[in-house]
This record gives sequence, structure tokens and C-alpha cells, in this order.
Amino acid sequence: MTAENVVQPDSFEFTPESLELAKMHIAKYPEARQASAVMPLLDIAQRQHGGWLPDAAIRYVSDMLDMPYIRVFEVATFYTMYNLKPVGKHFIEVCTTTPCWLRGSDDVLAACKKTLGIGPGETTEDGEFTVVEVECLGACVNAPMLQYDDDYYEDLDAESTTRILNALKSGEKPKPGPQNDRHTSDPLGGPTTLKETA
Amino acid sequence: MPKLTIDGQEIEVEQGATVLQACEEAGAEIPRFCYHERLSIAGNCRMCLVEMERSPKPIASCAMPAGDGMVIHTNTPEVKKAREGVMEFLLINHPLDCPICDQGGECDLQDQSMAYGTGGSRYEENKRAVKEKHMGPLIKTEMTRCIHCTRCIRFATEVAGVEELGAIGRGEHMEITTYLEKSMTSELSGNVIDLCPVGALTSKPYAFTARSWELEKTESIDVQDALGSNIRVDARGPEVMRFLPRLNEDVNQEWISDKTRFAYDGLRKRRLDQPYVRRDGKLQPASWNEAFAAIAEKASGLDGSRMAAIAGDLADAESMMALKDLMTALGSANTECRQDGAALDASVRASYLFNSTIAGIDEADALLIVGSNPRLEAPVLNARIRQRWLAGGFKAGVIGEQVDLTYRYDYLGAGAETLDEVVKGSHSFSDVLREAEKPMIILGMGALARPDGAAILKLAQDIAVFYGMVSSDWNGFNVLHTAAARVAGLDLGFVPGEGGRDMDGILSGVEGGDIDLLYLLHADEFDTDRTKNAFVIYQGSHGDAGVKHADVILPGAAYTEKDATWINTEGRVQLGRRAVFPPGDAREDWTILRALSDVLGKKLAYDNLGQLRARMLEAAPHLTAVDSVEPAAWNDFGEAGELDSAPFRSAVQDHYLTNPIARASEILAECAEIGVSDSEGTGTDG
Repeated sequence: MTAENVVQPDSFEFTPESLELAKMHIAKYPEARQASAVMPLLDIAQRQHGGWLPDAAIRYVSDMLDMPYIRVFEVATFYTMYNLKPVGKHFIEVCTTTPCWLRGSDDVLAACKKTLGIGPGETTEDGEFTVVEVECLGACVNAPMLQYDDDYYEDLDAESTTRILNALKSGEKPKPGPQNDRHTSDPLGGPTTLKETA
Repeated sequence: MPKLTIDGQEIEVEQGATVLQACEEAGAEIPRFCYHERLSIAGNCRMCLVEMERSPKPIASCAMPAGDGMVIHTNTPEVKKAREGVMEFLLINHPLDCPICDQGGECDLQDQSMAYGTGGSRYEENKRAVKEKHMGPLIKTEMTRCIHCTRCIRFATEVAGVEELGAIGRGEHMEITTYLEKSMTSELSGNVIDLCPVGALTSKPYAFTARSWELEKTESIDVQDALGSNIRVDARGPEVMRFLPRLNEDVNQEWISDKTRFAYDGLRKRRLDQPYVRRDGKLQPASWNEAFAAIAEKASGLDGSRMAAIAGDLADAESMMALKDLMTALGSANTECRQDGAALDASVRASYLFNSTIAGIDEADALLIVGSNPRLEAPVLNARIRQRWLAGGFKAGVIGEQVDLTYRYDYLGAGAETLDEVVKGSHSFSDVLREAEKPMIILGMGALARPDGAAILKLAQDIAVFYGMVSSDWNGFNVLHTAAARVAGLDLGFVPGEGGRDMDGILSGVEGGDIDLLYLLHADEFDTDRTKNAFVIYQGSHGDAGVKHADVILPGAAYTEKDATWINTEGRVQLGRRAVFPPGDAREDWTILRALSDVLGKKLAYDNLGQLRARMLEAAPHLTAVDSVEPAAWNDFGEAGELDSAPFRSAVQDHYLTNPIARASEILAECAEIGVSDSEGTGTDG
């Protein structure tokens, strides 16, 4: 399951900030139950290491939590949110599960292909962008959508997707949320009931 | 205790039993893949589905606790249909390669598909394929065949105590592997081969050498360590093809160590298959008559006190009895079976046995290990200690080497000084022993096979008495032997007689010219260079250390080639049976001694195995109790004396190379090379 032809760094270590965060998570659990903190710690490691988890980081977390390597490796391979090979600086996760697909996620992927030249699972040659297909992220009411960083970009179409990607290319961060005029998950065109606020 | 009805039959089972166990008890056979009595319950194969009244759907019987008033049906059309559905899913990704699969003929999936499989498949997609994994030199993988029962993972985690196997990925992409495909570092890893219900994990050395139905199966006893694991010897024609464990709850449960399992290729290599006599400084092939004549010539007129005999670690009880009788007839009291010089006292049987019995470990609540590394000296016994430790309410302490024993223990110290502190009750671990109801001590050869061995034996006895380890219904004084022959040797009195020389006495006698004739019976584990000055007769199966300075070599039989009695470290008498014949001119050991005695004019008084065994009963009456342990009477033993400050060192350092058979085995040599540390294994070098 480990990706082949990946150049693995020899070592990994938390930065002081990461370490402090990790300790906070470990402290949530009783003595000798520190293994419960494995998922947040892997996440911290992944964020620190440019969006992917090298083997050294998995071992580092194992040692920190006193767990056998294989147990942490099982966790890291089970959840698709942990990347075991390098990803681009901008990591685009496009939802293609049924509601998003019905609402036009194909257009979103096509826009990615057109703007970035890459399909799902690929990384641009300059290492700037990676696009992946993901399963339902639970924002079906605003379908179709994609996730970038920790933010959701919703109510997409080809045009808005292209706009977002171009903005990312030029170093800006577009405003997350619905990309049409909808307010959060309200009906299109505004609320239809409970219009009067008390 | 819950009472439930199974197929119309009312049955009462123990609290905590599962529905599957209840069904078994009621005589209903339940198919299963993931469930195993000795492992935790996973409930993921779904093959054990049964129908339960008032349940809307079939239940997995292995994971369902038996409840009062349950009504279970195991043989309805619905149950059959449900299991057929499960089987169809299991077979979706299972390759149809039974003709080239080593598991073929002894495969759970194959067998159960005969009952629950449909003739054809409705699956039209491509089957998934999984890359082979590297798991070391013993385990061959074919992971496409894996049905993800996770028995191997649970075994490694729970029984072997090495968390190295795991399931990575998820769903259809789940794969069983070791972390980054490193070799398994357990001495028990071979058991996953038996546990695997399909052909995903098979034996690498055995691969493609035989089919299960062409093997002749003989139930026998293992001699690689002093545990006396019950084994089945599978042979084809004159060759032993493999060893498998046999179930014996009191000894090895259903596990055997890798050394036991894979020693078989050592039985084919470096064998002595004809007699040799040294002429003009060179060993030359000879006939039996010539070999005997050479011995007779040397022995004639020689006083008994100038002769000596040493019995080695692989000598069977029968041949030791015969050699002892022969030496007595020749007037020699110089007989010795303690090659390592261990200060074992043959006069008090309780002083050299694992008195609590191996099954007694399950009852113990505190354990003090002295000068032993049970993980290497008896891996299966170590797994039993781990099993006890996992159950909770158990504390272990170690005096000796600080190594990974797969369970947690308090490290008390390295040598005799710490032992002394424990005797005086001043050590912090003393409280644990004092408060324990059934404390035990395991005394290893690492503590006894040294100059101050007798004093340490005495200290150990003092500990046993001081902490109340010995009572009317419990004896926690345990000696863990490393040699399969040792207890039988002590039982039969293969020790120096009146005025006889012990191990060191014999060897220094040889060096000093006081001993002219030395008889080595399967004896290789000592410095044989010290035997140069004597006329050495070596009787054994392998050309190893013992033949180096031999003047006459008499080819004997290995443990799979003779009907022989073995007594394990608990004092359990077990019968090994002949699976194949000894190679070439080699003979069963006792018959060689019987024939030689005739030539020497001291004919032994038995002509067949029955008569010899009758003679053994005379010497050691407790040998009648085959397959059981005769409790030994407690008495004083050991001798107080000066203590050596050197740390205890386990008697087994090269676990895979402790005897001539193991040293001749290429498989074990590879294991030894890798060592317990681990190798740089990759997926491509398997």
C-alpha cells in the first residue's frame, strides 16, 4: 500500500509548535491510553510535512505513542485522508459521490483538467496542484463541491471552479462557501419560510 | 448457566460460552474460517451463520454469547442458503488455483466449499490480485488467496506477542502484511501456516515438495528443546517432509516453535550412514564387525575405571539405559549425562523437574525467572507464560539477561547477588512473591551450568521454601531444561556412580591420561577438543563436533527413526515413534549397544524393546505412567557455597543452532543468520 518510487525522507520530527499541539491531544486521554491520539497526531504530522505522511513520520508517531509501527501504519492506510505519497502545494479534493455527480461534478473535474491539465489522482509537473476524487464530504445540499485546505467551495460549476483555480494559481485565496449568490445552505434566492425574525 | 435449544436438543453451557461453542457441544458442526478457540473473536468471515428464533436475520454464532432460552437451528434450508451466500462472496476474489496450491487437500476453504459452494460462479468481473509479501525465510505468501480472516494477525499479536502483522488498506484493497515487509521476528511464526485456513500463508521450505495425501503420518515427540512438544511426522518414503504440531493441552497446546517445525531438512544432511574406524590417523569406512572389533581390541583388559561414557542432549532413554548397563557391566562408574556441567542433583527427583507442570503456569500468580531466557530455551512454554500474563493478576521478575520476553516483567538483577537478596527477603520483588498464592520459580541452565551451580540450586530451594512455593497441592519449584535427554538421563541414573567421575572429571581424566576409552552417545555439546588423548567411540546420527576426534563411529538413529522414550522437563514420559528408517547402515541406538555388548562379552540381558523397557521400569518405576506427570517428592538438595559474581547468561544463545540436527538444517541456518534482530527483507528477495 506504500506508494512505490517515493523518495522517503530519512527522518521526521515535530516542530515545537506541532509538538505542543500533539501533547495537547495526548493529554486528552487517560494514562496508558495515549494510542487514542494516533489520528490527530498523524494529521499534525501530515500538515507539517507538506500534506503527506512519510514512513519516518509514521514511525515517529508510533514511537511517541508507544505503538507498534504496523498498528499506526494500519490507521494511516485505512483512512484516505492520509496521503502516503507527496502531493502538490494546492490539494484539491473534488467530491464525485452521487449527489455531487448528479449536480455536475463532472463539470468540476473537467474544469480542473482544462485549467490545470491534470485528471483525478494526478499532480501537475511543477508540483503546484494535485486533484483527487473523494467520496461524500457531507455537503450534498450545496452540491457540487470541492475541498481545498480546510475549506469547502460549494455550488460550483465549470466557471466558478476555473475562477477558484486561477485565483489559487496567482497566490490568492478565494472566499470559501457557496460560489453562487446563495447564503450558506438557504434555498436558492433566499429563505421561503421563517422569513420574519423575531 | 444459560440453557438453550439447539436443533431441538436442550443443552446447558458455561456462562460466557458462545453460540458456536454451544452448537459444538450439542454435536452440530459449524463451518468457520476466522474463529479459532485460542484467539480472540473477530466475527468477520460470517461463515458460522445460524438461525436464531425471534431474530430477523441469521446470526454469526462465533460472536454471539449463548443466552438463556435461545432457540438455534443449524440445519435449516435458510442457514444453508445464508452460508452459501457467504461462500459465494468469499470465492469472488479467491483464485481457482487449488491444483498448484500447497494447501490443496488440507484447505478449510476447499473442504467447506464442497458443502456450501455452488458449482459455478455468477461473478463476471476481474478477480482482484494482490502482490506477494515478504515475511521471512519460513512463510511463503500468496496473498491473492487471502480471505482476510485475520487469524495470523491475532496470533502474532496475542500468542506470539510480536505486533508485526497487520491489515493495511480497507475494503477491497485490504491486505495482510508485516510493516514494510520485514521478516516476522517470532520463534513461533510458523504456526500462522497452520492457522491460515486457505493457501495464503504456506511453508516456504516445504513448498511444492509433497501433497498432503501422499504423506505417511506418524505421531511422535519433538526433541529440539526439553518441552517434548507433540508432533506429527509427515514422511514420504524414506524422507521426512515436514513436522506439524499435535494437540496436547498439557504440553504444547497446539503450537510448536519454528525450530521444531523446520528442523526436518537437518535429518537429511551430514548423516552418519555407515560405521567408520580411524586407521593411520584417518577415519575410514568400515563394516559393523570391523568397528566392533576395533572397540573390543581397545577395551579388552582395560580396567573399568579407565573408561567413561557421556550421553548427549539427543540421546533417547532406551539407549542411555543400555549404555549405563553396559558401562556397569564393564565395571565403570564414569557415566555422565550433564554435558554442560549443570549442577543437577539426580538423587532428588523434585530438584530437576518443572514440578508445577507446564499447565500449572496457568494457575501461577507470580513468577521468578532465574538464569533463563524461556523465549529462546522453550518458545512454546514462553507463549504459555505470556498467555498467563495476558489473563491478568500475574507478575513476573527476571534475574539474568534483560531481553524481550513478549510480556512485561520486573528486572531484578543480573546474577547471584540479586538471588541472595531475594532469599533474604530484602528485595522489592520479595513482597510480590510473599503475597502470591501460587508463586513459582523457573531455574534455567544459565544459572546451574556454572561453577557455583550447586550453591545456586540451594539458594533456589531456599527461595521455594521461604516463599511457600511448595505445599501439599502446589509445587512451584521449576527447572527448565534445554536438552530433551536430560530428565531421562537423570531418572535412569546416567550420572557418576560410586567413585565415578563427573563431566569435568571425565574430561580432565582424558587429558591427564587416566581415561583411555570414552564413549560418546549423541554427545556434541561440549569442548570435544579435550577428548584428543582418549580412544573415542562416537555413536550418533550426525557428523558434528563429537566425531572430530572419534576413533570409531557407530551410526545411530535420529529421533524420527526410532521408537524411543523421551521425558520432558516436567518429567512427563512420552513415546516417540519411528516414522522412517535410519539411513544406510545406521541402526536404532539401543540395538547398537546390545550388539556391541555381545562382542565385548558382557551381553545385555534384553533382546527386544519390550524387555529393555521392562529393565527401565526396574531402574525408574515412574516410567510406567506414559503421557502423565508423576509428582516428585520434595527433599533437601543443593549445597551451600561460594557465589560467583558473574551475571547469569542463558544457556541458549544461538537458538537455531543448539544441536547437531539443527546445525545441519539449512532452513534453520538461514533463520540463525537473520537472528531475532531482523533482516533487511524486501518484497523481491523472497
